[in-house]
Amino acid sequence: MNRTLLWIVIIVVLGADIIVNVPAKVQILGMDWHIRQGLDLQGGIQVLLEADVPASQSVSSQSMAVAAQIIHNRVDALGVGEKSVQVSGSRRIVVEIPGYDKPEEAVKLIQNTALLEFVESQYYLDPTSTEPIETDYLASSASTTPTIIGPSILGTSTLTLTPTVPTPTSTATQTPILGNTAIGTPGAVGTAIPGTIYHTIMTGAQLKGAQAGRDNSNLPDVEFQLTSDGATLFADYTTKHVGWYVAIVLDKKVISCPVIHEAITGGTGQITGNFTASEASQLAIWLSYGALPVPLKVIREQSIGPTLGQDSLRRSLVAGLIGLLTVVIFMLLYYRLPGALADLALMMYALTSLTVYRLIPVTFSLPGIAGFILSVGMAVDANILIFERMKEELRGGKVLREAVEMGFLRAWPSIRDSNISTLITCAILVWFGGTFGASIVKGFAITLAAGVLVSMFTAIVVTRNLLHLALDRIDFSTRHSWFGISDENQNSTESAE
Amino acid sequence: MNIIGKRYWFFGLSLAVIIPGLIALALGGLKPSIDFTGGTMLELQFASGTAPAADQVRTTLGSVTIAQTGRGLGDIQVQTSGTNGLILHLQQVDQTTITAILDALTKSFGATTLIMADNVGAAVGIEVAQRAAGAVALASLGIALYVWFAFRGLPHAFRYGLAAVTALVHDVLVLVGIEALLGLILGWEADALFLTAVLTVIGFSVHDTIVVFDRIRENQNKYRYSPFETVVNHSVVQTLDRSINTTLTVLFTLLALSLFGGVTTRHFVIILLVGMASGAYSSIFNAAAILVVWENREWETWFRKRKRSATV
Repeated sequence: MNRTLLWIVIIVVLGADIIVNVPAKVQILGMDWHIRQGLDLQGGIQVLLEADVPASQSVSSQSMAVAAQIIHNRVDALGVGEKSVQVSGSRRIVVEIPGYDKPEEAVKLIQNTALLEFVESQYYLDPTSTEPIETDYLASSASTTPTIIGPSILGTSTLTLTPTVPTPTSTATQTPILGNTAIGTPGAVGTAIPGTIYHTIMTGAQLKGAQAGRDNSNLPDVEFQLTSDGATLFADYTTKHVGWYVAIVLDKKVISCPVIHEAITGGTGQITGNFTASEASQLAIWLSYGALPVPLKVIREQSIGPTLGQDSLRRSLVAGLIGLLTVVIFMLLYYRLPGALADLALMMYALTSLTVYRLIPVTFSLPGIAGFILSVGMAVDANILIFERMKEELRGGKVLREAVEMGFLRAWPSIRDSNISTLITCAILVWFGGTFGASIVKGFAITLAAGVLVSMFTAIVVTRNLLHLALDRIDFSTRHSWFGISDENQNSTESAE
Repeated sequence: MNIIGKRYWFFGLSLAVIIPGLIALALGGLKPSIDFTGGTMLELQFASGTAPAADQVRTTLGSVTIAQTGRGLGDIQVQTSGTNGLILHLQQVDQTTITAILDALTKSFGATTLIMADNVGAAVGIEVAQRAAGAVALASLGIALYVWFAFRGLPHAFRYGLAAVTALVHDVLVLVGIEALLGLILGWEADALFLTAVLTVIGFSVHDTIVVFDRIRENQNKYRYSPFETVVNHSVVQTLDRSINTTLTVLFTLLALSLFGGVTTRHFVIILLVGMASGAYSSIFNAAAILVVWENREWETWFRKRKRSATV
């Protein structure tokens, strides 16, 4: 390949390495490119959940994704680091909450059915607002904790709730008014008023089921059924408050806010409005399952204290540095000039690997660091292959420049074949670790695989160009000792002893 | 230097390492961790000078019951870890029970910090164990097929694949044996990371083997009329510098990690270290030698020797 082009590639990679790695905090293209620390480094909780349905029953990937999203919303407030909620395989979800040390509460939060409330409001509360609202319903003190209720279809009389576009009654004065109740208080229309405690009419416990359907004009709607208890409560409220709103609140967030069109006394109702069929089914899922579209059970939970990781991290980094230094010195002593150039390539390898880890991004765990340090040791593997080959060609009487070329050419099949075998193992490790949420195993494999690929670039392209650069500038014809061999005519078998 | 000529000595050395390991394995040295069996593991740190003895812990926890069932905790294994640290192994319990255990220990022995808790359902454990076996089989098969494919131009390409896998099985046996020995001596447990180390070693062992085979491929074209054994030996000797040097650089980094690195990964790193050494050994001294044994059909001589010694 064109040598100039290769130099440009090398310089661009090196430039990227410096830009990404040197500043303490990096923000490029709106992304935060810091190295992600695994749970074993910063402490935290990992919970592995599985769909609690018979093995024969299939779980749709969509409902798993919805469940993961809902769990993500719930755990978002916990801990300090980046929360991660990922679907693993077809029926599992891995939840990681770094920097949090109360596993009991985390599991309760994840596993509990979300709190679904029907909240009284005179004004329209904007569901797109992220502001949580406060209600007078206390989950801890009440015995009517919402439970999972399977959807059931019953009831014939349909009464209508119509969600509306905001009907601003007093948009001119947007004065938040603090008080204990929102009712009767002309306040801001659209979002919950901070400090206001809204009254909860009933919770998900009084809801029997909900389904997405079509109304008389064939528009998407959600139909729901109440328990007899709920029917009484709802009838009472809707009779007295026609023209008011019922805010449907999930985990203290408004998800829908229909206006009461008429009194609902029959225990069933429907929510219509300008939403799409998928929005309707989403709302139906939320209503009927109290949020989680599939019941989940905890199959593994792990909590790691924060003290363990930091000490190990510091030690591992020191060990890595010692290892790197030993390799550098060894290469220098054994292979002389090419060794020194390989050392330069190795430095670039270390930097480029870090860049790649940030880009992917790889979550760094202790085994991941071991994988990285291990890959430093093997990054010079290709170089050693090439240099040994080079020495042989030199001893065989080849001219230096030719020997260098032969070294690279002849060593290539070995380098290719052996790296492919490592990549095969890494792929299997990712598969092995991925299925039971062992992010540690996966992290190690990805780190190692990235290391193998980067080392092919640095050991071959970078070292080769550096070597050519040196050959162009200095005349080595009488200085074979710079290449680590004393005599041109030495027999290869002897030197191997 | 005649390495291949001394092949039976090198096979013997391999057996000398593997057989004690297999004995340790038979004695139950390989202890699967809760990754594979399910259960609860608690790593605890006590304030300086207060770590209780195993019996004291069992007595204290005798009154703790499992929240879901109301029964006792059953069998508890207690292991010391570092200074003032303990690792407890028990059947799978829920978070409420773990809190109760911590409260009971704090009451009796002073400040108890939970460093790590791991709670694995038994079904997951079984699945992980199955996957582990699958992963090793898959890796071996994948590599055998790849080596076969890479050397498809050579006569008896399949032998190369099988010889590479034999070297790989050698490394797995060495690792399992060493793990079992250390399990007997130090109480080490084979966890998911142990398996990760084994799989990594499999990948690397083949690394070295491929380099040697690659040289055989090249030399066979060069020295068409030399005996196979000579060509193989020549190839092994030619690649010896490279094999030793690459192994050395990897061993340097692993040695640094096991001496100065964190405690949590020490087990993992030491297994990697042993595996890398074994991988290099099997590639240099076993894999190529197997090709020669196969080429010469030497098992016929083993048979004859045995027959002769039986009749004498």
